Formats: sequence, structure tokens, C-alpha cells
Amino acid sequence: MIFTDSDLQLLLAGIFGLLIFASLIGQLIAKFRCNECNRKTIENLNQRINAWWMMSIVLLVAILIGTIGTLVLFICISFFALRECITLTPTKLGDHQALFWCFFIFLPIQYLLIGLNWYNFFAIFIPVFVFLFIATRIAINGNTVDFLGRVAKIQWSMMIAVYCISYIPALLLLNIDSYDGQNFKLIMFLVIVVQLSDVLQYVFGKLFGRHAIVPKLSPNKTVEGFIGGILSASLIGMSLWWITPFTFWQAGLVSTLITLLGFCGGLCMSAIKRDRGIKDFGTIIEGHGGMMDRIDSLCFAAPVFFHIINYFFG
Amino acid sequence: MKKLFASAIRIVLLISCKLVTGVQSRWLSEPYTYRPKIYYANHTSHLDGLVLWSCFPRCLRSNIRPIAAKDYWQQTKFKQFIAQDIFNSVLINRKPNNIGNPLLILGEILKKQQSIILFPEGTRGCGSNIADFKSGLFYLSKHFPDIELVPVYLNNLNRVLPKGSKLLVPIICSAIFGSPINSPTEDETKKSFLARAKLELEKLAP
Repeated sequence: MIFTDSDLQLLLAGIFGLLIFASLIGQLIAKFRCNECNRKTIENLNQRINAWWMMSIVLLVAILIGTIGTLVLFICISFFALRECITLTPTKLGDHQALFWCFFIFLPIQYLLIGLNWYNFFAIFIPVFVFLFIATRIAINGNTVDFLGRVAKIQWSMMIAVYCISYIPALLLLNIDSYDGQNFKLIMFLVIVVQLSDVLQYVFGKLFGRHAIVPKLSPNKTVEGFIGGILSASLIGMSLWWITPFTFWQAGLVSTLITLLGFCGGLCMSAIKRDRGIKDFGTIIEGHGGMMDRIDSLCFAAPVFFHIINYFFG
Repeated sequence: MKKLFASAIRIVLLISCKLVTGVQSRWLSEPYTYRPKIYYANHTSHLDGLVLWSCFPRCLRSNIRPIAAKDYWQQTKFKQFIAQDIFNSVLINRKPNNIGNPLLILGEILKKQQSIILFPEGTRGCGSNIADFKSGLFYLSKHFPDIELVPVYLNNLNRVLPKGSKLLVPIICSAIFGSPINSPTEDETKKSFLARAKLELEKLAP
């Protein structure tokens, strides 16, 4: 499809053009503006840009392989994200069997349901069956200390790391009029808009940030970064209407909504990190931290994006 | 043939170990060198040896020999294959007897410029606290005072594969390598040395 779809070619030219531009800027800053006090920030900036190259290429390759490639990629993402979430939460010996089920049985089943195109079951499998199972399996072990807290921590981990993330490849399930075989572009639209909003919030925050939006939670999330990031990312989303089934204004509206949700996701994950007294979920992506640090905004945006399209366009 | 099979299994084990534990090693002292050292660590899981071993670069791995209990690892052919062919470990008697003095065997290994991994608690613990050390570490260090004793704290492994469970749960683990501790001095008793070694290990806990 990469050779026949001119929209896709234009989009890829845009993405990789942007990456080349970012790399050039990063190298130039490192060469001319580097001194002792900002060396760390610039080093981190270039690490982040390199990681973006890696992530863009991996996502692109997976999408080009097709449904199987996309599913395998998101199974891996969910696995690493869930591993980070469970590492953070102080689970007890009594949770061990339930955790085993989550990693090796429920996680693959959730993605299998997408592969089988079984929408009705996919949407309720984790919030109904898995949630009840986790509580029951822990109860059977008989250790009741902090029972509700322990159950909730595993359920919430499954929710964000598996259920919410699985909505991204699930976009391939949707049937949209006169958009057959192009659903992969919805994944690209979602990821581009939400991740760019993250980057732009970071950039605006670094440049103009004065007032922290939730001071107790994170000094890096500022009002200036929030407004600048959301507005500019929404405009970018709006200007990408031609890769979606939306009209120009619909694309703008959807973009605003998913960037706002992305912000909420980032905020909640920051709250978890602050509570656990850590800076990052892990170290799997150099410069960014853990898998969960990178996909936190997608977790909240993906399910809502899916259901909006399913309701209004499906 | 057996050798090829063993190295294939070794690679599979190392990859799955990385996938399940994502182990990160932190070196608070000078990292691995070719000089022989005695690494001693807390023991909470069957995976401890594998995880510690995977922290070293490939070129060094064949020179790092975990010490394992003969009575346990010789029970079946399979266990023996794992211990000897895969991990190249040294099997010694937990209970002292006349056949083969463990110190002599380990002395031979150190002379060959190979390092030793030792779990001085003697058996796997539950993970919440470190049990008192068996005396092996004391005699070993007393006999070879020139060899550096490096404490290694293994974190979270009891959550991956706790004692008594056969189910693996992927959780990120870390191995913290501390600075070498001093060998027992002339007038230091066994008890106080073992307590000191244990304290140094506990200090590394995050």
C-alpha cells in the first residue's frame, strides 16, 4: 500500500521530514549551545529524538506488515507496560497466580479477540470477566490483608496497560463507509496527534512555562505548556483531516478531545509515579523512561477515539 | 552435540530472563574485571543464579561459576544437566563430610582465575529479610584473603518466582553490586564476620 496510496506517501514524507528537521536542530544545539549547565537537557533532547526515530520506524513497519504485525507490536507494548505497572505496585505472594493469568492468558486473549474480529466480546472481556476473576482468584488464596486495594491495583494495571492500549489496534476492526482498508491511517492519526501534543506541551512548557497546572503533582506540567500544546496539536490534527474519514472541522474537534484526554492520562500516570516516589516507570526507551511513560496519554485517548468513530461513523 | 544443545538452551534462557525480569545491574564499585572475585548474594528464587549470571558480559560468563548444593542439583539427570552443562556451576556438599573438601575445590577454581557466585544463606528465603549466613563464606574468605568479596543485592526476584511456586510473573528486577568488603581480620570471630557481611548486603537494599 505504501506504493499506491498517495495520502500515505505524503504523510510519511511529513513525519520523516519532521524527524530529520528535529535531528538537525538537536545536533546544531548540541554543537553551538552546549555548556555545562544545560548539557544534560540537550543530551536528553537528542536521546528523545533518536528514540522517536526508532518508535516511528517500528510502528510503521508493524502497520505495513498488516493486522498481524500491528497486533504483535501492541501485545509487546502491553506486556512491557503491564510489567512496569506490576513492578511498581507492591503485590503480595497471594496475588501471584492472578498475576500469572493476567500476563500469560488474559493479555493474549484480549488481542486474539481483536484478531478474530469479535468486537462484542473484546469490549467487555477485561472489565467484566477478568475483573471478576482477579478478585475471585485472590480471595481463594485466603490472604485478606488490604484485599480491595490489592485487587484494585491489578485491575487498574490491566485496564490501562492492556484494555486501553488494545483499543489502538482495535481501530482496524471498524467498518467505515468508503474508508475500506484504510483503517491503519486512523492509528497513525491517533498516535501522531496525541504524541505530538505531548511533545508540544513539553516544548511550550520549556519555553514559556511559568505556572504549574497542578503544583503538587508535577512542576513540569504548566498552564502555558498545556494551552500551547493542546491548541497547536489540535491545529495539526485538523490539518490532517485528509487521512481520516472526518471533515475538516470534525477532525479539529476530535483532535481537541483526544489531546485533552491525553493530557488527563499523563496527569493520572504522574500521580501514580508521585505516589510511588519515582520519576519514571522504567528505562526501556532511552531518554523517555519506561514504556508507560511514553504511552500514558494514548491510554486515555484510544478508547474514547475508538468509540466516537464507532458511534458516529461506524 | 550436548555442548551445542546446552548453548542453545543457554541463549533461550538468557532471552527469556531478560523478557521476564528486564534485569538492570547497578555497579557501585568497579565493574567486572578479569580478576577472580567472590560474589555473594541474597537467595529468594531459583532464578537468582541465572539473573546474576546474565548481568555479566558474554566474554566473562564462562569464567563465573555459581556454587550449588550437590544434594539438590544431583537429584535428577535434568537438574544435573541444568547445573553443570548450562550454568557450568560447581556442585559442593552442604553438609561437611570427608569426600572432597569444598575449600579445595573452590581453591582450584580461584586459581584458574575464575570467579565464584555464592548464596551464603544456604537456601532460598521468603524475600522479606535475609537469613543468617552459613559459615562457608567465612572459611572461604579466611583461606583466600586476597580475593575480593563483593556483595550483590538481588531485588524483586522473590516476586517473579517465589519459593514453592512454579508460575513465573514478569516483574522488573535489579542487581546491585556493592563495593568489596574486607576479609576477616586476625582477631575477628566467625560470627562477627558473618554479621558484618550480612549487614553490608542489607545496606544495598533499595
